[in-house]
Amino acid sequence: MFRAVVRLSTSGVRSLARTRPCNSVPLASRCYSHAKVETDEEFDARWVTYFSKPDIDAWELKKGMNTLIGYDLVPEPKILDSALRACRRLNDLASAIRILEAVKDKSGPYKDIYPYLIQELQPTLSELGISTPEELGMDKL
Amino acid sequence: MLQLTGRLGYLLSRRTVVVRNSGANITSHGQHHHEVSDPLDMSQPVYSDSLETPLPDRPWKDVLDSTDKNLKQKEKGPWNALSNEEKIALYRLKFHHTYPEMKRPSAEWKTVIGGMFFVFGLTGLLVFWQHLYVYPAQPQTFGEEWQAKQVQRMLDMRMNPVEGISAKWDYEKKQWK
Repeated sequence: MFRAVVRLSTSGVRSLARTRPCNSVPLASRCYSHAKVETDEEFDARWVTYFSKPDIDAWELKKGMNTLIGYDLVPEPKILDSALRACRRLNDLASAIRILEAVKDKSGPYKDIYPYLIQELQPTLSELGISTPEELGMDKL
Repeated sequence: MLQLTGRLGYLLSRRTVVVRNSGANITSHGQHHHEVSDPLDMSQPVYSDSLETPLPDRPWKDVLDSTDKNLKQKEKGPWNALSNEEKIALYRLKFHHTYPEMKRPSAEWKTVIGGMFFVFGLTGLLVFWQHLYVYPAQPQTFGEEWQAKQVQRMLDMRMNPVEGISAKWDYEKKQWK
């Protein structure tokens, strides 16, 4: 036992000799990525800006909408407002109605999201003359 | 059309449907009779109904007649001036199925279950035929009499007397314990 203690102490001495002076408390460091996480507001602003482009073309509208619907979220009313206005600039009523259908589908089982969106978008819908699928009877088979 | 293809149609993704020969395009093929069906021209944008892709690459109806063209012209003006029928017509020009129509339930499950039971039935018939015509007769060792004699022999030679069969036989009373 004594020999073991000596052995331990010698090895301990060796290691002590090697270590440089450092903090005695071990630092808690994790290997997370250092990328900045975009906030919700930044995300919304980015998309509103995308659809607000005055000379947006049909392809960009298509690409934007398809990408947006691909995300795991229901877009905020302000993004949809911007997209609907883009449809107006492109003289595309059908796509505007399609966008409303798409966000209703995106809401999935959360049935109160779509009425909220329509409520928020009502001023824009009235101004631009966009009918909802329900008003046109297209929400039934 | 896709519902009739049954199991084949099931292989195609339920959520994405590539629709061919939409609207007036078919007229461009004229009266040609091909041995195989006309292949989809994948070098052109293709229309597809998909829940994930609300705005497809191409409108549903490309070739517009004069009424459609007039409607499209009217679309450039204020949309409040359009009647509901006109709005629906504009939608139907651009898209084939609405979202509820894309999500409509099909009766395919009946085909699947029915097909399953049919195959079970066929298998049952096959097994029965096998039993009659393929398998040889059961060995005599399976018979009641032989089995009884076998057990008696096992008890007589005191097989597994500690924990097994002979331990469960009461040799005095000549019955199972």
